[in-house]
Amino acid sequence: MAGRASVQGEKKGFALPQVPKIAVYIVGFIPAVWLFYAGIDDRLGADPMRYLEQALGLWALRFLIATLAITPLRQLFNINLLRYRRALGLLAFYYAALHLTTYLVLDQGLDLAAIVADIVKRPYITIGMATFVILIPLAVTSNNAAIRRMGGQAWAKLHRLVYVAAIGAALHFLLVVKSWPPEPLVYAAIVATLLGYRLVRPMVRKPSPRRRAA
Amino acid sequence: MLIRRPDDVLPSEITPREVYFNRRQWMAGAAGLALTASLPKGLEAAPLSGAKSPFSTDEKKTSREDVTSYNNYYEFGTGKEDPAAKAGSLKTAPWTVKVDGMVGKPAEFAIEDLIKSPALEERIYRMRCVEGWSMVIPWVGFPLADLIKRVEPLGSAKYIAFETAFRPDEMPGLDSIFPVLEWPYVEGLRLDEAMNPLTLLAVGLYGETLPNQNGAPIRLVVPWKYGFKGIKSITRISFVDKQPPTSWNKQAPSEYGFYANVNPNVDHPRWSQATERRIGEGGLFAKRRPTLMFNGYAEQVASLYTGMDLRKLY
Repeated sequence: MAGRASVQGEKKGFALPQVPKIAVYIVGFIPAVWLFYAGIDDRLGADPMRYLEQALGLWALRFLIATLAITPLRQLFNINLLRYRRALGLLAFYYAALHLTTYLVLDQGLDLAAIVADIVKRPYITIGMATFVILIPLAVTSNNAAIRRMGGQAWAKLHRLVYVAAIGAALHFLLVVKSWPPEPLVYAAIVATLLGYRLVRPMVRKPSPRRRAA
Repeated sequence: MLIRRPDDVLPSEITPREVYFNRRQWMAGAAGLALTASLPKGLEAAPLSGAKSPFSTDEKKTSREDVTSYNNYYEFGTGKEDPAAKAGSLKTAPWTVKVDGMVGKPAEFAIEDLIKSPALEERIYRMRCVEGWSMVIPWVGFPLADLIKRVEPLGSAKYIAFETAFRPDEMPGLDSIFPVLEWPYVEGLRLDEAMNPLTLLAVGLYGETLPNQNGAPIRLVVPWKYGFKGIKSITRISFVDKQPPTSWNKQAPSEYGFYANVNPNVDHPRWSQATERRIGEGGLFAKRRPTLMFNGYAEQVASLYTGMDLRKLY
């Protein structure tokens, strides 16, 4: 479907109706607001803390995946959503921060000894925490002033860390569950596909002048 | 040996199979219409009471709603809500439990006889899941030792192996393209563990027959072990001389041992077992509580493990 649309839109790219970026944030925060409300209203099932913690983490991963999907969508299907990438990336960071806060405060009750033991001893927590740490510089530099100060190339280089973060998030999800249930495998496959695309792209595509100029 | 229905029940008094299943369908529909959200699909609860037991804890019971809606039963999916939503398709009648292996009197018990014949007790037990949450559950059942005595195990029998029903048509999780475990689910106990008076075959919950998502029609409850030892919907019990394979141990031997005793001092490799969250206690802001050695049943069971290194034999 998207492919067909891209044929129509050729050169200029498929023209999507432009929505203000603030709308992305507003829609993006709906799950968080709903989850907190439902949690306080005791509507998250028998283990509300765990539900909230997992749901927030899942949304962080979803937004991370959304930011990674922007480039392939543009290059393969001529769908240009570049102007929303920063919002999606920041939403991923905000959800990761909420997920971490839930773990630290509601799950572990700020029991520092237990938290440190978790980080040191348990690979999935170590990976989760490292993933969050990686997201911090990306979030901090997600503004025009930072791009200007750093210079475009250095900024782009730094933001390639998002690939590492995506791998970390997918691994964190795979390692936290017992056995191999489908959901984390599906997310890991999506992340692998989006990152694999970036590996394969330079090998299969002749560099096109138009794209280079862009 | 087939343990038969009592002779005083005439064949004409037994509800024909078609009528029985039609009634189940009708009830499932009626339950939906009546918007009894707490009544899971397909559940046909019948009152089932048991005598009070001195083994019962007086801790606050987890609500029936939570006990029957938050379950691990991977035959019906890996989500906690899956069993309550999907286990209605499991046909728990007719049901027999085959007891074989190294016993003097192998038998096939009809579930009706198991529910009726021994004196049922209500046992309010703590239940600790390996995932770090816990509940307090009022089971109705009878000691496994009662059944063991009936079949007269041979001296060579050292362990008991359990097996769950394998019914892909009725258990959607078995058809998953990502098999989470090797089916059918199997579990095992050492014979002395099985004979411990705490070890229960549960046929009821909260004064009613067991809901499907909790392991109807009959399941094992070993309160000092992690919940996964409590195999659900048992179809076969075999007496053997070697330690039998167990499902989670086969899946990840470094994470789930054969013994699986609740032990706050031995972490699961991926999470601490020192504390637990009691379901239904404080909602979103529930505090963790310390996990007790042998889940608080050390007095009754610690002697089973004297001389064993529980760090190695976890």
